[in-house]
Amino acid sequence: MSERTAKRSLGGLAVLRNRHVTGWLQAAPLSLILIAFLILPIITIVIVSFWRATEFSIIPAFSLENYEFLFGSPVTYRVFGATFKYAFLTWAFTLSIGFTVAYYLAFHIRSQPVQIALFLICTIPFWTSNIIRMISWIPFLGRNGIANQMLISWGVIDEPLEWLLYSDFSVILAFVHLYTLFMVVPIFNTMMRIDKSLLEAARDNGASGFQTLVHVIIPLTKPGIMIGTIFVLTLVMGDFITVRFMSGSQRANVGRLISNDIGLLQYPSAAATAVVLLLTVLIVIGILLRFVNIRKEL
Amino acid sequence: MEPRPRSFYVLTAFFALFVLFLYGPTLTIGVLSFQGPGGGLTFPMRGVSLNWFRELFMEQAVGDIWGAFRRSAALGLMVMVTTVVVSVMGGLAFRKRFAGSAVLFYLTITSLVIPSILISLGVGLIFNQLGFKVHWATSGFGSQLTWTLPFGLLIMFAVFNRFDASYEEAARDQGATAWQTIWHVVLPIIAPSLIGVALFGFTLSYDEFARTLLTAGSYNTLPLEIFGMTTNVTTPVIYALGSLTTLFSFAIIGVFLVVVWTMGKRRARLGSDAGKGV
Repeated sequence: MSERTAKRSLGGLAVLRNRHVTGWLQAAPLSLILIAFLILPIITIVIVSFWRATEFSIIPAFSLENYEFLFGSPVTYRVFGATFKYAFLTWAFTLSIGFTVAYYLAFHIRSQPVQIALFLICTIPFWTSNIIRMISWIPFLGRNGIANQMLISWGVIDEPLEWLLYSDFSVILAFVHLYTLFMVVPIFNTMMRIDKSLLEAARDNGASGFQTLVHVIIPLTKPGIMIGTIFVLTLVMGDFITVRFMSGSQRANVGRLISNDIGLLQYPSAAATAVVLLLTVLIVIGILLRFVNIRKEL
Repeated sequence: MEPRPRSFYVLTAFFALFVLFLYGPTLTIGVLSFQGPGGGLTFPMRGVSLNWFRELFMEQAVGDIWGAFRRSAALGLMVMVTTVVVSVMGGLAFRKRFAGSAVLFYLTITSLVIPSILISLGVGLIFNQLGFKVHWATSGFGSQLTWTLPFGLLIMFAVFNRFDASYEEAARDQGATAWQTIWHVVLPIIAPSLIGVALFGFTLSYDEFARTLLTAGSYNTLPLEIFGMTTNVTTPVIYALGSLTTLFSFAIIGVFLVVVWTMGKRRARLGSDAGKGV
């Protein structure tokens, strides 16, 4: 009898020794938060996207009218087009700037303390407010702003340029300003793991600096580039506030379409647009994830 | 040392321009917040004064920014503590490669890449349908965690990928229980990275806008308050506020960096020299 109880209590402990059980116990807080504030909101949005709305309230129903309206309107295609345009241009600029900066930090700075200090200089703005960083472009780009004053005093232009602020230019400038960091960090991280003897080997075999860059460094940096790309594309595609603020409400992307509907309390219509946006983003990410194993690259 | 190639100087110039691009606008509004009382949103400076900082302290001029600041700071601390605890637990869990961990991993990535406005809208709708009132400390808190937790967890992955498991084996061989191993061995080793996770948790929450937009309720957090100001405030008072909160962020970052640095020093001083001698 006593032997059996002993065995049973050992069995009880054995449950806690099972890595699947303890794993889920430790992951429980994370799972619960993601269920409550990620999965349930997505499910709710999908459900509400089939509801109807009047001017005053939203009505549970099963109707496809939100989607019919969305796909039937030329505005939708134009706005999705603009979203992809912003995403692509921001990606191209952040990648070229971010790669160059990361390359400089990783391969041209020889002292480690200097390297860490310069890297921190690049990352500190990430921990400050995006809204303030957007506001701070106003005195720079405005009609009487620093850029126009400088160009006029140099004699480059006679009249102030009107397209510096509240235009596609200022929107993309702000995106690049806010998000280049998301390219620098992962690319720098992968570059630091490149075995320096590979670069020596390339040089010993007669490769020029440029050849080493193209045939050794860039291929080995691809995972970092992919992770940076994922960050930048999703941040730009899901944005609504940068486009609204930097274009002075004169340009639109999908995020603004959603936030306008929310402002008009047209939740079902906002939800339908949100579902389409989410699918678009997930498809893009799904494609990119085929090229990189994130967990291995950290 | 071999001489620097020409590309080094070109790239140094490029890097300097990049830093100017990063910080130039912030410095500009820093200068403009000292604009004289009659000055506008752009140069030239019409005198130098503390006028706009003074206005920040007069309630009627700018609304409830100090209340907003207190709420943002409190929320930041809540999010920070939760992010550290949940990320460490999650990081320990993922090391065990439990069944279903891949699903949870992709869920975390989804949480990172999902457009913020979806979280805002979805959480807002749930609270609305259930008849709860949205509030920064409930719905706002949860929504922000969907943004900070993925960062915390990714940092934990990076940490545990480099973690030498033989420390744990040594502890176990000497009779430590699983709990003792974590508390006395694992946590002290990863402590500097936890400071990093805390920094992410606080600052990302303190500056978060999109996920709090529909989930903060009637009491605004600071970024929401500032955004509200951009539509109806046309004086440099907004620059003064921007400069102050940026300074606050810099101070927070500075504190975290100093803590990590002193920890490293202390460790170098008190650490064992085992294996280093001949």
